[in-house]
Amino acid sequence: MATQDVHAATLDHAHAAGHGHDHHDDHDEHHEQSFIRKYVFSEDHKIIAKQFLITGLLWALLGGALSMLFRLQLGFPNMDWTWLKPVLGNWIVDNKLDPNFYLAMVTMHGTIMVFFVLTAGLSGTFSNFLIPLQVGARDMASGFLNMLSYWFFFISSALMLISLFIETGPASGGWVIYPPLSALPQAMPGSGMGMTLWLTSMAIFIASSLLGSINYISTVINLRTRGMTFTRMPLTIWAFFLTAVIGILSFPVLFSAALLLIFDRSFGTSFYLSEIYINGQPLDNMGGSPILFQHLFWFLGHPEVYIVLLPALGITSEVIATMSRKPIFGYRAMIGSMIVIAFLSFIVWAHHMFVTGMNPFLGTIFMFLTLIIAVPSAVKAFNYITTLWRGNIIFTPAMLFSIGLVSLFISGGLTGIALGNSAIDIQLHDTYFVVAHFHLVMGSASFFGMMAGVYHWFPKMFGRMMNEKLGYIHFWMTFAGVYLVFFPMHYIGISGFPRRYYSFTSYDTFNMYQDLNSFISVAAIITFSSQLIFGFNFFYSIFRGRRATQNPWLSNSLEWTAPINAGHGNWVGAIPNVYRWPYDYSKPGHALDYIPQNVPHWETVESNLDHENDLIAFEREMEAEALADPQSAH
Amino acid sequence: MKSDTTANYQQPYDGALVTEEAAPVLSMHPKKFLMWLIIVSSIMVFAAFTSAYLVRRGEGNWLTFELPPIFYISSVVIVLSSVTMHWAYYSASKDNLLSLKIAILLTAVLGLLFTYMQVQGWQQLVDVGVYFGGKDSNPAGSFVYVLTAVHIGHLALAFGLLVIILYRVFTYQVHAKNLAAIEICTTFWHFLGAMWLYLFVFLLVNH
Repeated sequence: MATQDVHAATLDHAHAAGHGHDHHDDHDEHHEQSFIRKYVFSEDHKIIAKQFLITGLLWALLGGALSMLFRLQLGFPNMDWTWLKPVLGNWIVDNKLDPNFYLAMVTMHGTIMVFFVLTAGLSGTFSNFLIPLQVGARDMASGFLNMLSYWFFFISSALMLISLFIETGPASGGWVIYPPLSALPQAMPGSGMGMTLWLTSMAIFIASSLLGSINYISTVINLRTRGMTFTRMPLTIWAFFLTAVIGILSFPVLFSAALLLIFDRSFGTSFYLSEIYINGQPLDNMGGSPILFQHLFWFLGHPEVYIVLLPALGITSEVIATMSRKPIFGYRAMIGSMIVIAFLSFIVWAHHMFVTGMNPFLGTIFMFLTLIIAVPSAVKAFNYITTLWRGNIIFTPAMLFSIGLVSLFISGGLTGIALGNSAIDIQLHDTYFVVAHFHLVMGSASFFGMMAGVYHWFPKMFGRMMNEKLGYIHFWMTFAGVYLVFFPMHYIGISGFPRRYYSFTSYDTFNMYQDLNSFISVAAIITFSSQLIFGFNFFYSIFRGRRATQNPWLSNSLEWTAPINAGHGNWVGAIPNVYRWPYDYSKPGHALDYIPQNVPHWETVESNLDHENDLIAFEREMEAEALADPQSAH
Repeated sequence: MKSDTTANYQQPYDGALVTEEAAPVLSMHPKKFLMWLIIVSSIMVFAAFTSAYLVRRGEGNWLTFELPPIFYISSVVIVLSSVTMHWAYYSASKDNLLSLKIAILLTAVLGLLFTYMQVQGWQQLVDVGVYFGGKDSNPAGSFVYVLTAVHIGHLALAFGLLVIILYRVFTYQVHAKNLAAIEICTTFWHFLGAMWLYLFVFLLVNH
């Protein structure tokens, strides 16, 4: 492109790579960095994103493997576990799975999937990778804090992993770690050392998440390139931005809650504990309130749902628009609905606590606020569907996963309306209905968003394409599998089966769904196996995949204007200016079905609308300004 | 975004807290902005504690006691340290390097004095039988310990920043044309002073 050449001519070498925040006199971008600085303690947002992605995928594998083990127990309660003794060791007692370890696995599955995979692995990966590339920045606001963010996550991961291997087992009180169960080591083996490690790990995880979030926000607000106004940002950036805002407002509250729990566990305070008898002996703790913990926990816990989901929705918006070759339907409505969702996420937490004996009047208010979330969610669902409507759809694996997300978002969201009603929740609370609901709308939907992101931006990350055929097999097995696993759970839940039970066969009442449980387990194992196909595809393609072109999806957003294997600093030469929104797909009058954001309106006169022609004078001015002072952004 | 650039243009930065690029036209220096975001998240930490305090207090079984008298003095000390911190910033902006050194040292001393007094405050609490944990403790007392301790934890971070600034002041890296680092530190220091005053008033009102 002509403008690009002009920019390249004005290249100022000191700004070719915007790194060196903290070590400006050590080297500049022309020197080879050592392996450790480049790939391990890197400050390049792209490397950090890959570190988050690969760590997150490994966690997903482990979290998924744990669910296979407890699905085996639920589906085949009479199974002989001897063959797993080499892996599980003393957790197999008399050829049966130790019930304590069952609880530990359920807890760790939840913790790993919610925090380590779908928060760090999803948001950490794509916020890091896409924010500087899509807003047109050299790197994050602080590369150093960004690096710290990953390594805090790494330490936190290591502690959580260690807790799986200690003698008393990892934390076992559920991922919500309600006291007093989690506060008293006498209560269960998992509330001993495992819980201590869980709390330490999560405290570090929170620090990591905060360091990441403040960087994302600061970058989006301060480092956008010239012309990148808020209403020209891709919806991915809006989603990551709002996710980060939710993160810095809610994660500190979990930190406070965890700190008080640590004091209760280890220093004899009584914030959450009161009047507890163990083996007939009263404990010293007096005056605490376990409900207080639930309030603090869910003040994070509910926004956390959107921390997990919003990035996936952002990725889907981008992929669906690109692969339908159509502008996203209702761009501003999408932004508005995300802002509303982010706001509402802070005032609905008590809907997790309808059965704690809260005042029914208060419950009604929380129910009302909860149900309002259906409105922006529906706006998003309809906008996805109307974007697809009569689009020139290209079914790449990323597109399939995005459409899959929309499907899961709707089918899981509908049950949310049922659960949000405090009266119905009394029946459904803590049953498999809840499990089915959040695995569809939060777990699977976000996972599909993550997969869409990996397939879509893989060429940008590694300069190679993933294998599409394997991608299709992966998608269809996962899509069918997820529905086969979670749909039957609704029925089990409506019948009143509680979550987290080790076995249902001990009670005649609960015997009736044994066949359905076996079915779910088989479906789960097939779904999990298909993830191994993805794993192979991912790692194989990094090294052996077909080489990617610079813009393989003919996409508009700014990251595809950077070189295929961009170095630290992203663009060689000046950062491109932005002249339009990122959704000019199939614009009438234009020869191609896409117009990248860095193409000025004077080059596209044939497709310009009237008000866009008026912009040309202003754009010329901006162009001149940029040539005069290439470093300054707008 | 339209921005007010005048404040930023006059202050090119360098050193560990800042970038090597000339300050771009921004709404705010990104690293200063990072500090404000850190402040927001630490406000959320204290908001969680103080609202937990109120919720818990509303449930009864609450011990009432007088706050340690030394907290009044420490409040004065932390306000003084904020004054000296601002004096340091002002001196730097006027290139008055001698008074900058005096002021920044005074700030460090007053900060340490404040921390010492807070710990003395715990001693005074123990003396009147208000314990952090154990058989005779009550969440009312434990909360006072937690709030002060978490505040001191934040102060430790501020001390980290202050040590960096001290080093730079004495190596002449802080002056009128290089204010970003000391400005970030000043912002955080003032925030922690204000946070303590809030906590103290909060405890006085709600004990």
